[in-house]
Amino acid sequence: MGRLSYIGRRLIKGLFVLLAIVVLNFFLIRAAPGDPAQVMAGEAGAADEMFIEQLRERFGLDRPLHEQLFIYVKGIVTLDLGWSYRQNQSVASLIWQRLPATLLLTGTAFCIALLCGILMGALAAARVGKWTDTLITALALVFYATPLFWIALMAILLFSVYLGWLPGFGMVTVGAGHSGLAYIGDIAAHLVLPAVTLGLFYMAVYARMTRASMLEVMEMDYVKTAKAKGVAPGRITRRHVLRNALLPVITLAGIQAGQMIGGAVLTETVFAWPGIGRLMFDALLQRDYNLLLGIFFVSSAMVVLFNLITDLVYTFVDPRIEVA
Amino acid sequence: MAAQEALLRVEGLSVRLPSGADRALAVEEVSFELRRGEILCIVGESGSGKSITANTIMGLLPRPYVEPVAGRILFEGRDLLREPEPALRALRGSRIGMIFQEPMTALNPVLRIGEQIAEVFDAHGRLSKKGRRERVRDLLASVGLPDPDNLGDSYPFRLSGGQRQRVMIAMALALEPAILIADEPTTALDVTTQAQILDLIKHLQRERDMGVMFITHDFGVVAEIADRVAVMQFGKIVETGTARQVLNDPQHDYTRRLVGSVPAFEPPPERPRVEGEPILKVEGLQKTYITARGLFTKGRRVSAARDVSFEIRRGETLGLVGESGSGKSTVGRCIVRLLDADGGAIRFREEVDLNSLSGRKLAPYRRHVQMVFQDPYASLNPRRKVGRIIAEGPMAHGASWKEAMARARELLALVRLDPSAAERYPHEFSGGQRQRIGIARALALDPELLVADEPVSALDVSVQAQVLDLLEEIKQRLKLAMLFITHDLRVAAQICDRVAVMQQGQIVEYGDTRRVFAEPQHAYTRSLLAAVPGKEWKIPEVARQAAQKQKESIA
Amino acid sequence: MRDFWKRFSRNKGAVIGLVILFAVIAVALAAPFLYPDSPWRMVQRPFLAPMTVEGFWFGTDTLGRDIGAGLAHGARVSLLVGIVSTAVALLVGVTLGALAGYYGGLLDDALMRFTEFFQTIPNFALAIVLVAIFQPSLTSIVLAIAIVSWPPVARLVRGEFLSLRSREFVQASVVIGQSNLRIILTQILPNAMSSVIVMASLMVATAILLESSLSFLGLGDPNQMSWGYMIGAARTVLRQAWWMSFFPGVAILLTVLALNLVGEGLNDALNPRLARKGR
Repeated sequence: MGRLSYIGRRLIKGLFVLLAIVVLNFFLIRAAPGDPAQVMAGEAGAADEMFIEQLRERFGLDRPLHEQLFIYVKGIVTLDLGWSYRQNQSVASLIWQRLPATLLLTGTAFCIALLCGILMGALAAARVGKWTDTLITALALVFYATPLFWIALMAILLFSVYLGWLPGFGMVTVGAGHSGLAYIGDIAAHLVLPAVTLGLFYMAVYARMTRASMLEVMEMDYVKTAKAKGVAPGRITRRHVLRNALLPVITLAGIQAGQMIGGAVLTETVFAWPGIGRLMFDALLQRDYNLLLGIFFVSSAMVVLFNLITDLVYTFVDPRIEVA
Repeated sequence: MAAQEALLRVEGLSVRLPSGADRALAVEEVSFELRRGEILCIVGESGSGKSITANTIMGLLPRPYVEPVAGRILFEGRDLLREPEPALRALRGSRIGMIFQEPMTALNPVLRIGEQIAEVFDAHGRLSKKGRRERVRDLLASVGLPDPDNLGDSYPFRLSGGQRQRVMIAMALALEPAILIADEPTTALDVTTQAQILDLIKHLQRERDMGVMFITHDFGVVAEIADRVAVMQFGKIVETGTARQVLNDPQHDYTRRLVGSVPAFEPPPERPRVEGEPILKVEGLQKTYITARGLFTKGRRVSAARDVSFEIRRGETLGLVGESGSGKSTVGRCIVRLLDADGGAIRFREEVDLNSLSGRKLAPYRRHVQMVFQDPYASLNPRRKVGRIIAEGPMAHGASWKEAMARARELLALVRLDPSAAERYPHEFSGGQRQRIGIARALALDPELLVADEPVSALDVSVQAQVLDLLEEIKQRLKLAMLFITHDLRVAAQICDRVAVMQQGQIVEYGDTRRVFAEPQHAYTRSLLAAVPGKEWKIPEVARQAAQKQKESIA
Repeated sequence: MRDFWKRFSRNKGAVIGLVILFAVIAVALAAPFLYPDSPWRMVQRPFLAPMTVEGFWFGTDTLGRDIGAGLAHGARVSLLVGIVSTAVALLVGVTLGALAGYYGGLLDDALMRFTEFFQTIPNFALAIVLVAIFQPSLTSIVLAIAIVSWPPVARLVRGEFLSLRSREFVQASVVIGQSNLRIILTQILPNAMSSVIVMASLMVATAILLESSLSFLGLGDPNQMSWGYMIGAARTVLRQAWWMSFFPGVAILLTVLALNLVGEGLNDALNPRLARKGR
């Protein structure tokens, strides 16, 4: 019961954050230069007088500010995120269609980053000072410093154009008409480059964090106790060092998972991956602010969700958290 | 008594430190033996090399930075310095057990206690899973822990320091080793808990006929449990002998000085009564902490000080004595107004209640009540020169830079440091010297009351004596009132005129030091006094004189 | 001071980073002399491969603009945006963190909720939204990056202030009667500065990455030729003209890497206790 109420409290906090974001969105629209109705209509819709009138109606743009805010919040709560003139669809349905692709991409990238990052960091810490450590640390530094969009382009150039090993465009091969297992395989092939490039930066982050955390834990008194008991070194590393060193890494990973959505914008744009990141780029090109803010809201909601999941996972992993 | 067989023999051991350390060898040509059925105490001040010796025996040195370079360590027919690592690992935990100083960090926080004890069996391939569970239960019971059936399922954070140390002892003795190495195992514990753990170790040692190598800096502990003693200084053993010999008739000059610096447990008979009106009257002081408060959680209330009342006169030292959690530090901090007491009054000179003032109104009164802090390494701003540190007080109260610096130099001379120290940084000074600088800073504003919060607890015993002498002398000369907060009853016995004993936020006994020590009224005071290690031991005169001579040479 | 350089130079990576950084700064400062014309000017035939024509070592882009000029002038933009946005973020973050850490209580709670809110929002997405709504310009980019970057600084400074506030030498300052402001400025802040300095160099690196990402997406200042823009503009001709994307990317990589290396060196030099074996 304790855990449930702990999560419940966190959930309420999260909802407050979402509410604050909604209010932020509201004020951002009004802060943009020009008439809010035109801003919301976007470049394409601004030309259509009737559409602008509809918007004024729908959002009560002639009414006082607090009433507008109420209408807006009510809309969000009923999952009405507005209408995209250019795409001729409701923002909510657009996002709904594209969300799975992004989740697939970021999910895969996250797993790759976390697993490889932890492995690399642990290896570097175990062989600290030797050339393995220097190599891993150097690689991590370079990946950390590399702009995501550029390495994506270079990866396409190398693996797709010159070597022809992997596709660098889209999620499926256009016009191939695969189904069943072949379909999954096709998606998987298209997934490799984008997921790996998106994961590289975070892999570096997790590797560094794991290494630093492990080095710190290795100096702890309880590690000395384990040695004094005659426990074998491998067991010490697994049972005592890793389990404690990974606690801060898990927290960090959870927080970063949400931020990965930002990276997805760049990756999906370069790889033409049909997710909400790509959608955001399109919204930018079309000056479709409603769509833009809708995506912004949804990605923030995802972050809140991931933070919640991280908190939950953490309560299982660290016995010191008092959930009662 | 026939000489017992030697379980462990250390011959000519030398261990080197990495370059840049304050000496080349941490341990130099050290030889001693540990016999069956005895407790050997290795005594020394910080930096004497005693811990490194222990770690070398267990093979726990941070090699290659710290390496043994000479000597042999003979155990069960083998030289431990020449054995391969897997062989050493087989010995650790099964033939030689070790416990460490800090119980709060010595256990893995994410593993259950039972698992950690069972790990010893697992590491040496003994017993089945069921057998281990039973043995863990037995071990927990044998070290006096409550609820041994279920304690194994708990996590370490649920246990106190003393309880965790018992778990450590259980782990170390699980496979019935021949030797137990105890590296300052009671230094971080309260005096009453320390007494229990010392009893436990003595009992277990006798029961199993083990050899125990007990490292400590506290001669009281030596007096309490040692059969034989080895004294270390700067990495060398300067004296060995039976406890009786070393404690009552020390031969080496260093041993004499060290022993002579230990404060006697018996309060001195002649203490002139201090007359006059009290300069500070504390009435019904209350302070409650609310911990872990969040937006939705209520938090726990901890009563740090409850209805605390006492008074101090000029020229007198009142001791506030208690264990950790007794509230003595809280009271001290309330008096210097680092904390706001929730209730009660702090009457200064009958004029004003300090507790009712704050901010601007409090500022002019601050100068009358000053504080000396505990940790010499944290109480001085590392980025400031010493002179500036002392001068900051007067400057905050309106003095000019020149005036303040001149005063700073005066004060440095008063605390027996060279006035040129004003131009140097804190890290260039030793712990004892830093405490003197702290005292100079406290005196800069000409206070009438000095609150000393464990001012010598972090210092070596020989330096302790010098700083205590300094405080006493300054108190006499400037006719200060002093509130001396400490957990060390020996120190309290020697320098406090009157003493207030605190337990869980309340004063349980209050009166003349001599009377309280001789005829304690409250049950807690009695148990506290009974727990002081080595209280029956009388410090030999030859040691007193050696220590006195050293003090005079420094003055 | 000499100790500082000794400790810093012990980290070879940091020294390399410093050298690269100086080179980038030198190029940025010398840009108006090396390439006096605006980098937007079309000076040669388009799609010129690198190393084919003298004076145009890096080739030209799709409209015949000198990539070398773009690299040099882009350095100015990146460094400018990186430094100014970090300065603003530091100003906000240090102030809020110091107040929260020193005074604690309700003020701390309120400020922490505020900071957490900003940390929950995906950084890059917020930056995109802000620049898009307020129209891309150097000002809006700098402000957007600053708004997104201040929370970690505030957290760090708050942490340092919290731990320093209970340190005994700070308590001593209270007891001898120093005013709160004096204590914050003269006792605590100088001791917290070393962590802030290390963080600042890493923040400049992140800011440069953010700026280039924004420019890549077309949200850069339309009057400034920046590295990100160059890569974005060359995206569609990746196959034919690899050099247009390659060189600006390398420039970003080197600059950010240099800043990170320098940051690590600063950490070793300013926090010698933390520099453990096997850095």
